[in-house]
Amino acid sequence: MTASAVDEPELETEAKQAAWTLNFGPQHPATHTTLRLILDLDGERIVKATPDIGYLHSGFEKLGEHLNYNQYVTVADRKNYISPPMNEVAWHHAVEKVLGVELTPRCQYIRVIIGELARISDHLLCTGAMALDLGAFTAFLYAFNLREQVYDVYEEMSGYRFHPGYTRVGGVLYDFNDRVLGRIKTFLGNFEAVYADMSKLLFRNRIFLDRLRGVGVLSKADAIAHSCTGPVARASGVTFDLRKDAPYLAYPELDFEVPYSSEGDCWARFMVRMEEMRQSHRILEQAVAKLPSGPVNLPIADKLSLPDKLTTYNSMEGLIQHFELVMPNRGFETPVNEVYAAIESPNGELGYYLVADGTEFGWRVRTRPPSFIHFSVFPHLIKNYMLADVVAILGSLNIIAAELDR
Amino acid sequence: MSTATTTAVDPHAETLKTLSSVFGDGVFSLSNFRDNLRLFVPSSRLIEVLTALKTRCGFNLLAELGGADYLGYPGRTRGRFEVHYVLRNLETAEMIVVKAEVDDPDPTLPSAVPLWPGADWMEREVFDMFGVRFEGHPDLRRILMPEEFVAFPLRKDYPLRGRGERHNFPRLTRGES
Repeated sequence: MTASAVDEPELETEAKQAAWTLNFGPQHPATHTTLRLILDLDGERIVKATPDIGYLHSGFEKLGEHLNYNQYVTVADRKNYISPPMNEVAWHHAVEKVLGVELTPRCQYIRVIIGELARISDHLLCTGAMALDLGAFTAFLYAFNLREQVYDVYEEMSGYRFHPGYTRVGGVLYDFNDRVLGRIKTFLGNFEAVYADMSKLLFRNRIFLDRLRGVGVLSKADAIAHSCTGPVARASGVTFDLRKDAPYLAYPELDFEVPYSSEGDCWARFMVRMEEMRQSHRILEQAVAKLPSGPVNLPIADKLSLPDKLTTYNSMEGLIQHFELVMPNRGFETPVNEVYAAIESPNGELGYYLVADGTEFGWRVRTRPPSFIHFSVFPHLIKNYMLADVVAILGSLNIIAAELDR
Repeated sequence: MSTATTTAVDPHAETLKTLSSVFGDGVFSLSNFRDNLRLFVPSSRLIEVLTALKTRCGFNLLAELGGADYLGYPGRTRGRFEVHYVLRNLETAEMIVVKAEVDDPDPTLPSAVPLWPGADWMEREVFDMFGVRFEGHPDLRRILMPEEFVAFPLRKDYPLRGRGERHNFPRLTRGES
């Protein structure tokens, strides 16, 4: 269905046009998670879509006020569970900004690596599942198979496959060893072939193209007005990328490009994500090659990161520091101040507005969730398209309900 | 693209000059922490300041809108609630945080939806979680909590484990449904 066929002038009011109402979700295979849409339809044409969210609301922001900065990383993981390490990086990025500490070079590179791995794994799922929803099952299998190798990396680096909980204030849980780097290199080596397979299966697939081209068009002005960021905004011609425009971690030292498109339809969003994977692959190859040696955590003198066992048992300083951080009535001190810090997550700007009150618990942990903002655009995107386009547009926005509802 | 962040000493100098030429002194106060420049604005002048930032200073993206409850916050002198607006200038990558305080009872702020449609759901969330009303919002309903919920769960006087709402849901039997 092309856009022009449904762009006929509308004379009646919305209420009159809508002949019937359809509940889409909260349990539906194409929503992937738990969200509900109330669709007012005229035949198969959508007159009005009303999202109803909150099914997965779990009080993550309230929990942030009762868990300390290191404990909360496990909750941050569970927001966008398709790319957990990116959430961890975002969370501790905000915490470290409040504390005003500068990470060691090795730690910065490690965080870039886990973040970009997460970006590839997120985009693989998003593009693969989008193809799956539109009937192209094979591409999804290739994508999902490659994601397993990202989970292998998580498992090797942290011991957990799905929610690694890997970053810590001022460092990471364990340093990268050769086996982790080996797994990353295996993944990087296999990436090109899978990307080639996916591109051959999808890029010139007539059915897939027809389902995506000209569907759910978002203009550049609308994308900015509706606060869209990330691939959704870049598919509409916004070239903003926090990695380039407000650089953090080791990104200024890495060479990559920011893909964008001016079409603004589902196909553009799909292609931007595909190209971002290639750029992430480029970043990963450079970061792995350039990975600096040296300590990964901040020194004991900073009083932030837990010293390793050897230091704890063999030095007085290490023992004191361990005690200070582990005892519940101590922990580290924070300024009584607040900060907004954001990073470029696979879905767009993932930020935290963190209010610190001097203790190691946040006073207010506000997440800026890209899924929430992108889903608010959905009713505007779907209007006047067909029922079958719901899954195409939902897939192209990559709505993760755990992040949507928090 | 990023001249304001790399070459200029103070990336906000131009913005502050424009703002003070429009509003003069006494409308807003400033504070700086890390790379955040914060503008404290009284709620009566909030929309004026946001409009000036959008139209005159090029802050075209409302990146984030959220609230916080400062009940019992150490050293707190201002009102109980504060709503923050994080604005970005997509040309210069400049970021600014506008903060508006609002106090009990009946916390009310003007809505930013006429300026940025993207504020719609974010304002609904602030209303849902803190009970801050936004005047002029087209559809101010709860968004994450169920509609029959009465409390505002992110307020500091609301306990972590709730007030027993989950245990007191009306129970429907199969016959009644």
